[in-house]
Amino acid sequence: MSEVRTLQIDGKDVAARSDETILCAAEENEIHIPTLCHLEGLSDVGACRLCVVEVEGTPKLMAACTTTVEEGMKVTTTSERLVAYRRRAIEMLFVERNHICAVCVANNNCELQAHARNVGLDHFELPLMHPALPVDASHERFVMDHNRCILCTRCVRVCDEVEQAHTWDVAGRGTGARIVSDLGMPWGSSTTCTSCGKCVQVCPTGALFEKGRSISEPKARRPYLPYLVRVKERER
Amino acid sequence: MRELGYRPDALIEVLHTAQEAFGYLDAQALAYVGDRLGVPQSKAYGVATFYSYFTLEPEASHSCVVCTGTACYLDGAGALVSAVAGLLAARGQEAAPDRWLSLEEVRCLGPCSMAPVAVVDHEVHGKLTPPGLVSVVESL
Amino acid sequence: MSAAAPAGAQPPRASANVCQAASCLAMGSAQVCRALEAEVAAAGLDDVAVRRVGCLGLCAAGPLVEVPEQGRIFERVLPGDPSSREGLLASLKGEARGGRPVASDPFFSRQVKVVLERCGTVDPENIDDYLATGGYEALAKVAGSMSPDEVTSEVVKSGLRGRGGAGYPTGLKWRTVAKEAGAAGKFVVCNADEGDPGAFMDRSVMESSPHQVLEGMAIAGYAVGANRGYVYVRAEYPLAAERLALAIRQAERRGYLGARVAGTRFSFHVELRMGAGAYVCGEETALIASIQGERGTPRPRPPYPAASGLWGCPTLINNVETFANVPSIIVRGGEWFASIGTERSKGTKVFSLAGAVKNTGVVEVPMGLTLREIVFDIGGGLAPGRRFKAVQTGGPAGGCLPEELLDMPVDYESLTQAGSMMGSGGMIVMDDTTCMVDVAKFFMDFCRQESCGKCVPCRVGTHEMWRLLDRMTRGVASRWDLEQLESLAGMVRAMSLCGLGQGAPSPVFSTLRYFRDEYVAHIDEHVCPAGSCHMGTAEPAAAGVSPA
Repeated sequence: MSEVRTLQIDGKDVAARSDETILCAAEENEIHIPTLCHLEGLSDVGACRLCVVEVEGTPKLMAACTTTVEEGMKVTTTSERLVAYRRRAIEMLFVERNHICAVCVANNNCELQAHARNVGLDHFELPLMHPALPVDASHERFVMDHNRCILCTRCVRVCDEVEQAHTWDVAGRGTGARIVSDLGMPWGSSTTCTSCGKCVQVCPTGALFEKGRSISEPKARRPYLPYLVRVKERER
Repeated sequence: MRELGYRPDALIEVLHTAQEAFGYLDAQALAYVGDRLGVPQSKAYGVATFYSYFTLEPEASHSCVVCTGTACYLDGAGALVSAVAGLLAARGQEAAPDRWLSLEEVRCLGPCSMAPVAVVDHEVHGKLTPPGLVSVVESL
Repeated sequence: MSAAAPAGAQPPRASANVCQAASCLAMGSAQVCRALEAEVAAAGLDDVAVRRVGCLGLCAAGPLVEVPEQGRIFERVLPGDPSSREGLLASLKGEARGGRPVASDPFFSRQVKVVLERCGTVDPENIDDYLATGGYEALAKVAGSMSPDEVTSEVVKSGLRGRGGAGYPTGLKWRTVAKEAGAAGKFVVCNADEGDPGAFMDRSVMESSPHQVLEGMAIAGYAVGANRGYVYVRAEYPLAAERLALAIRQAERRGYLGARVAGTRFSFHVELRMGAGAYVCGEETALIASIQGERGTPRPRPPYPAASGLWGCPTLINNVETFANVPSIIVRGGEWFASIGTERSKGTKVFSLAGAVKNTGVVEVPMGLTLREIVFDIGGGLAPGRRFKAVQTGGPAGGCLPEELLDMPVDYESLTQAGSMMGSGGMIVMDDTTCMVDVAKFFMDFCRQESCGKCVPCRVGTHEMWRLLDRMTRGVASRWDLEQLESLAGMVRAMSLCGLGQGAPSPVFSTLRYFRDEYVAHIDEHVCPAGSCHMGTAEPAAAGVSPA
């Protein structure tokens, strides 16, 4: 039972359904909030923190993708502070692993790269952590390059929620967290992977890609996901 | 497992039991537990690697756990760790396949009034000095 | 061995209460107990009872034995040293000699015991002891003659606030959960994942009076309309878990838990769940995930657990000490409780004193006592020749308070204003040999290793801040590093998903606020004023050992 709620986003009066998130309401009104772990058709986890916004009366920043609208809410999506913090978060994602755009399959098709461009990130203040990470090319069609993974868990969610194979999950914790297939064995030896390729489609960076693709070749056909989810829902 | 009713939410309890029985969690044990509880393998692996109590490696014959909680840290837990690490290095343990002793750090065991504390083979030793701990370990 | 003397038997003339909590047990108090029993029998003292009790508070001086009839506590009663028991035996024979007199010793006399009322007086493994001291009377009263709303109102009236850290009003929380429909059931969860390093009060309560916690949970269950409860105990506390498990079985057998609680139509089932070594599981949404058998990663709130918690059901989460306060509030009334403490912080607070203070152990004081009274009067001050430098409260999300603030009253608001927090109640006293930059580094290292890795600011930010602090303690940092540290600290506090990340910069902020000159000395002069950092060490302290 959803009702209508009215709120203000960046000074603009908007109406939204009571079960909608701030992100949803903003997008319907052509107010753009940067996102990375969010993908329409998948559940939201509020992990990348890029979509945080200021809500009047709350000292804490709220993730727009997981906060539902409330009557009379006053939301600010862009401020000096928010821009600086988002920029820092993007920088952190870059220095955490080994992102070298020039040799990446996702070059020019990378959401992380696009965010960096949008916030004008042209140098790093933090030193590179350059961890030694493996590239798993054991699957016959796809490759998992941990050097480019930002732990957004889109692959984990699409595999669990849409394909329902749950081949992927996150292992370890902190900076030691890694995306793993099955019991941490090579992807190619996974007994649950259906080779459907959805994880590759939803990956925002070049961490998951199809073999034989060259640098800069568009790889993703993401808008198919909401359609797929709707079909699945109808089946149920 | 039967006791816990084969529910997916029993995963952590079952992993505790399995580790108590086998000393560590190998791929076989994880696969079996996941299978019986209806938990995907990658999730079982994810859980087992998230919590620091679970170990995927075979246990050493003896264990020395040094508490590095605040009180112990301030009272020289670091020196305790280096002392035992030094002893291990001197014995060339790293090369040995059947490890004699595992050295671990743990975040606060709670008996802070006895800082610094170490647990050697499940026995708590308090108010330790580096030579004191080394002699406890050497007597194993 | 139990307080409840068999019917018709003569009550003992004197008793030796031997502490059986973790610290004293580690010092051999179980053997002490057996040795005492033999010695008492050999001396023909058949009117003396040797009893096993919970924590006597003065943990540093264990094993502890109290002779309540003489009002004396004997310290360091060692199993292998019969001479350490001479004074004690004399005291049992009726001579007033040796030991520490409880009535006149400020460590004991300045305390007000509500939560710890039964710690050190009842046998934690014996439900009869608990019943003999009025245990489960509150639950019977609640389930038999009060409406759920009356119970909640009493808790609201008491002004009790959450003892786990943030200090949210307990009554309001109960009311919120009570209002939820909860068609699929509701849950009560006891957060016993006492993870703050240096905090051990909850362990002490669980090991000493487990029934009190269970009774508080059952009362909460009645008030909010929940029939199931979980106690989530951290894996580092096996003895607490063992005693709770035993207490649950005993209470079920006596009809205080399970179906038809105290003969009424109210049912309340409690299950014990063990943690597995993850600090972040003290955060309530992570704790829920962990009880559900998942990775303990927090999720954004709202929805709060009160609306959607365990398996999506309305869930009330309070910590050990909060629940342990509840039976007294019911028996003696909310007004009585509200008469203790300050305007906005009611009741008492249990603290664990550790570090460079003479009397380390567990203490309970009324809210509003000053830090000085706790550290110097009760704690006995520092060792001779040592100078007080700071007291750390609130764990990794708290801060270090300097000498200037010693006269500050200890309550939720004052501590927060001073840049620290109440936290769960760990107090670590630091002397002049402790380097505050090193302390900040210690807590950051802790947070970095305990970060779940879900959100970027905490995962990478705590690592980067630790790296900068590490550079400072090695004398290779610049002013630019200090600027970066402050900038990162602000970002991580504002951007992190959960309390672990949001709180992680607090030790940095508080040490920068009160001890900035120490940072400057490390950076500009490459000197550690406390003399504890090894300046000029080239390589970062190699993480040679993996955390257990």
